[in-house]
Amino acid sequence: MKVQVRVPTPLRKFTNGADEVNAQGNNVRALVEDLDRNFPGIKERICDETGKIRRFVNVYVNGDDIRFLQNLETALKEGDNISIVPAIAGGV
Amino acid sequence: MSFVTGLECRECGQEYPKEPLHVCETCFGPLEIVYDYDRIRKAISREKILSRAKNLWRYRELLPIDGEPQAGLYSGFTPLIRAHRLGAALGVKELYLKDDSVNHPTFSYKDRVVSVAISKAIEFGFDTVSCASTGNLANAVAAHAAKAGLACYVFIPDGLEQGKIIGSAIYGPRTISIKGNYDDVNRLCSEIADKYGWAFVNVNLRPYYAEGAKTHGFEIAEQLGWKLPRHIVVASAGGTILPKLAKAFKEFKRVGLVEDGECKIYAAQATGCAPMIQALKKGTDLISPVKPNTIASSIAIGNPADGYYVLQAVRESGGGGESVTDEEILDAIKLLARTEGIFTEPAGGTEVAVTKKLVQQGKIPRDESIVISITGNGYKTLEVVAETVEKPFSIHASLKSFDELYLQLTQPSPEEALASEG
Repeated sequence: MKVQVRVPTPLRKFTNGADEVNAQGNNVRALVEDLDRNFPGIKERICDETGKIRRFVNVYVNGDDIRFLQNLETALKEGDNISIVPAIAGGV
Repeated sequence: MSFVTGLECRECGQEYPKEPLHVCETCFGPLEIVYDYDRIRKAISREKILSRAKNLWRYRELLPIDGEPQAGLYSGFTPLIRAHRLGAALGVKELYLKDDSVNHPTFSYKDRVVSVAISKAIEFGFDTVSCASTGNLANAVAAHAAKAGLACYVFIPDGLEQGKIIGSAIYGPRTISIKGNYDDVNRLCSEIADKYGWAFVNVNLRPYYAEGAKTHGFEIAEQLGWKLPRHIVVASAGGTILPKLAKAFKEFKRVGLVEDGECKIYAAQATGCAPMIQALKKGTDLISPVKPNTIASSIAIGNPADGYYVLQAVRESGGGGESVTDEEILDAIKLLARTEGIFTEPAGGTEVAVTKKLVQQGKIPRDESIVISITGNGYKTLEVVAETVEKPFSIHASLKSFDELYLQLTQPSPEEALASEG
């Protein structure tokens, strides 16, 4: 599965400044592994020591938060758009 | 003169210079302002604060600006009101309302955070300011940007109350309404903030912005006679104000402005959007995001960025939290209006209703000092209560018409008549 990944500023030093990259994977877990093969070190920034997505990182598949889907097991299909976004505050 | 030494990641401790940065490059944790408290302790005193104008900048040593304040010179220092009648209704002895519904100039606690953010945006040399908002923040950013002469874009979810939409538009920003809820707005804005070089008050200026929320706590302590209340109840949405109240109280102790004292902090959420209350009750650190479904639009954030720190601050203080239904929120808005003459929005109704519930449950004792934070104003959200209040009686301009109406209004209802007969 070839998908498009939007890369936030703090991760662009891994992608040579690119704000969007192509990657492969049947699900989000495989996608993160694939990103790390092409951009070594990036996985450690997205996932904690136990392999889970870090608390302050949100991952979206076509605009939907993967925590509402199947987290790392969320299936991907050709042409999906993935966004990696730091959490931000607001409200009241 | 600044007492800020830099920024530091709250998660991994990595240090950063004073720049418009908000997330740690290593772990994505939020960045926090680092102050030199030893120097502040020597520079600040009760007398010095009392000699200054009654606005939020009277605590400027504990705020992250380098030069003179550039915005919000009339913001903050809202009333702390002894609420005898609401206290009696809730059955508590010493109740206060911190009334940010009359904050200058846009009637919510957001005037505090935005005063600091706009001052900082000017210091950094930005010419355009922006925000992701549930309404109140957009109002505050638009107003303060107008006063400062900055260009302004505000992003809101669709379906907001008219008062909040027009309450931004009047100041002349570009308002962009996103098809979706606040969490969708938030996600888009973090991508926009990445791409356009603007000062997004709650994205790249967040560490500075959030510090403004401390002034709500500083003022409470000062207004109580340099003392902390024993209990405080405040609404939680994205999680900015609650941890900053905890920080405010700690800082006042640390720099010697209040004696030791402990304040228990309680989070208030609407049942239709209560991810933090769910986590508090489950005893977990993990916040499962929810899809909001409540009339309390200003706190309808299902994926709270700083939720983890809300849990931490509540637990560390020995406080708690509760959620209330939309019906309880509407009842509480009316209760506050009819006992204290204050008209708040659903977030404020949530704060009052949750206090009532926690007192009834025995979680907040009836004989200790309690502060309820009233974070926003009901005149912005008229439509949520419109159907629940009495309609005007329409009569002709004749005394006879009024006499008839008055008789009708003062006649005992059939139930009352029956009761007096019995």
